[in-house]
Amino acid sequence: MRVALMVTCVNDAMFPGTGQAVVRLLRRVGVDVDFPQAQTCCGQPMVNTGYLDEAVPAVRSFVRAFEGYDAVVTPSGSCAGSARHQHQLVAARSGDAGLAAAVAETSPKTYELTEFLVDVLGVTDVGAYFPHSVTYHPTCHSLRMLSVGDRPRQLLEKVRGLRLVDLPKAEECCGFGGTFALKNADTSVAMGTDKARHVRETGAEVLVAGDNSCLMHIGGVLNRGRSGVRVMHLAEILASTEERPA
Amino acid sequence: MTGTFVGMPTFPSAARTALADTQLRHNLAHATGVIRGKRAAVVGEVENWEDLRLAGAAVKDRALRSLDSRLVELEESLTARGAVVHWARDADEANRIVVEVARAHAVDEVVKVKSMVTQEIGLNEALEAEGIAAWETDLAELIVQLGGDLPSHILVPAIHRNRAEIREIFRRRMGEVGRPAPDDLTDEPAVLAGAAREHLREKFLRAKLAVSGANFAVADSGTLVVVESEGNGRMCLTLPDVLVSIVGIEKVVPTWAELDPLIRLLPRSSTGERMNPYTSTWTGITPGDGPQEVHVVLLDNGRTRALADETGRQALRCIRCSACLNVCPVYERTGGHAYGSVYPGPIGAILNPLLKGTGDPQTDSLPYASSLCGACFEACPVRIDIPEVLVHLRAKVVDGHRDDRVPKPEALAFRGAAWAFADPGRLGRAERLSSVAGRVLRRRGKASLGRLPGPGGAWTDARDLPVPPAESFRDWWKRTDGGERE
Repeated sequence: MRVALMVTCVNDAMFPGTGQAVVRLLRRVGVDVDFPQAQTCCGQPMVNTGYLDEAVPAVRSFVRAFEGYDAVVTPSGSCAGSARHQHQLVAARSGDAGLAAAVAETSPKTYELTEFLVDVLGVTDVGAYFPHSVTYHPTCHSLRMLSVGDRPRQLLEKVRGLRLVDLPKAEECCGFGGTFALKNADTSVAMGTDKARHVRETGAEVLVAGDNSCLMHIGGVLNRGRSGVRVMHLAEILASTEERPA
Repeated sequence: MTGTFVGMPTFPSAARTALADTQLRHNLAHATGVIRGKRAAVVGEVENWEDLRLAGAAVKDRALRSLDSRLVELEESLTARGAVVHWARDADEANRIVVEVARAHAVDEVVKVKSMVTQEIGLNEALEAEGIAAWETDLAELIVQLGGDLPSHILVPAIHRNRAEIREIFRRRMGEVGRPAPDDLTDEPAVLAGAAREHLREKFLRAKLAVSGANFAVADSGTLVVVESEGNGRMCLTLPDVLVSIVGIEKVVPTWAELDPLIRLLPRSSTGERMNPYTSTWTGITPGDGPQEVHVVLLDNGRTRALADETGRQALRCIRCSACLNVCPVYERTGGHAYGSVYPGPIGAILNPLLKGTGDPQTDSLPYASSLCGACFEACPVRIDIPEVLVHLRAKVVDGHRDDRVPKPEALAFRGAAWAFADPGRLGRAERLSSVAGRVLRRRGKASLGRLPGPGGAWTDARDLPVPPAESFRDWWKRTDGGERE
């Protein structure tokens, strides 16, 4: 199986550790993952702000980078959701039938990391070790756009040493929302502050989620409040081992 | 807060005011939390809830697809049963019809059944301008009206008020417009409801003319339907001699049988009840029983504009249950007034631009008043894909500015992003600049950025931002040959 990593623009530029964790993790479970250099961004920031024309070049880069692979794996529920549910819209708007056909080819084989591990590889125990208390925030697009359900929990529960603590009001949005965080900064911060409060209530050492953008927002609020809670991407925990702890 | 939505600021600035009101935040979080819990419990009881949602959406879609002929059918059946049917293109036409009926009967007051559509057209204000008093008879609407306030929720217009505030409003204002509140009024809900009941009874027994909306209008039988919880609606619909019902044209349901899924979806989604306490239906005139003169005003007011929008038309399925408001994290924190319209929350964020058209700064801010978390779509009993419509309307707002002579900074930023994302080489070079900045900052011992000046301040005023990494993933992959030479 030819598997490509779609690292996402946010991870590439701001959180390279997440992509590195995915590479180590996938290799450990026997997948030889490739990183096509032609990739840039899924286009979601443009689509969700209403700049559909501006999303076309990103979607073109996406299909060009990932054509020919059997599966595209990304450590982001949001970007997987964009590929699966928004690319068709962007292609239709561009009026380019070739692009629409390419999207129809890449969209369905794009998987969020936990979907790929559980559904495609059939693995829940990835041999990880992480001896800390962890609370999990199901990001909105993983939860509602992709319906990843309890796959992340199935994986976390198999991590040795990890103590999973329930997050109150876990299914409520953290308030990131892409450009919402800037255009409606006050409301975004109000939501993020409530989310951070619930995280602190758990007493967990680490907040984990499947999207670095949401973590950047919640972590930004936690950090400003000197909470001492660490935010980590799920991939980093799953990649963590006794020999090489995260 | 004045009694009109005209001239409201855009959502972000109205939200800022609301967010600073800690009492409001507390009232809203408590109230929406209670309704969410009740709704979840009764929805959970229905084994085939998803099928019921699909059935409800299908009924509304069927009606909307053949709206022209269904409306003619409705008019014919209503007329055959003795009702007078009027057509109103907009708010002014609808208001004028009500004023004319009131004048014809020489009345200077009307009693009202809670109705979103009469709020939408500003009926109370239009009647007041003609010297006709419109008395709201729904408890929450009464609180809003007496408080000189604006509704902030579709189902619970006074959701932003707690019972201490309500007691104060009743004591201060009831006496000025009718029977005063008793001297020993407490803030016990039963006592407050009792005072409202006494105050309203006087008006019910005196009124000659009532005004209602309708939750549904059945085309084949000419039946209008109102569902409610308090019984005030039934008093208005049965006691006065004359009844005027204003009905948005999207309220049409083809047949009586097709009401079934809708009438099951509505109470569970809205009040969290298995069944609403009062369901009133009326079909034209019944001699010797109820109003002997019935007028039905079929109102467009932007609905055909919304219908013409292929993606947006699904919003016309809305049965005004307000489930989307109660699950919306944005609404929960800002309240309804921030939306600057009688339709607040997620449905208001799409319905207002669809009915009014885009192009006005206040209306244009509404599609952005959402984090696109999708909780509204999940809760909507008629499966309106609100996030999809929000994104569609954002594109309309952006497209409306494509020919601006001076583009907005945001538009320039996205054009720049489009240019960078067209080519991985360009993106890589931009990332290398950010890595250099990251290296410098890290050398100075910084792990996160403090408050940034300019537009970056929108992020950093209340949140830290991590310092960019010293190396992008892309560069790491190249340098280490995909991690082989780490």
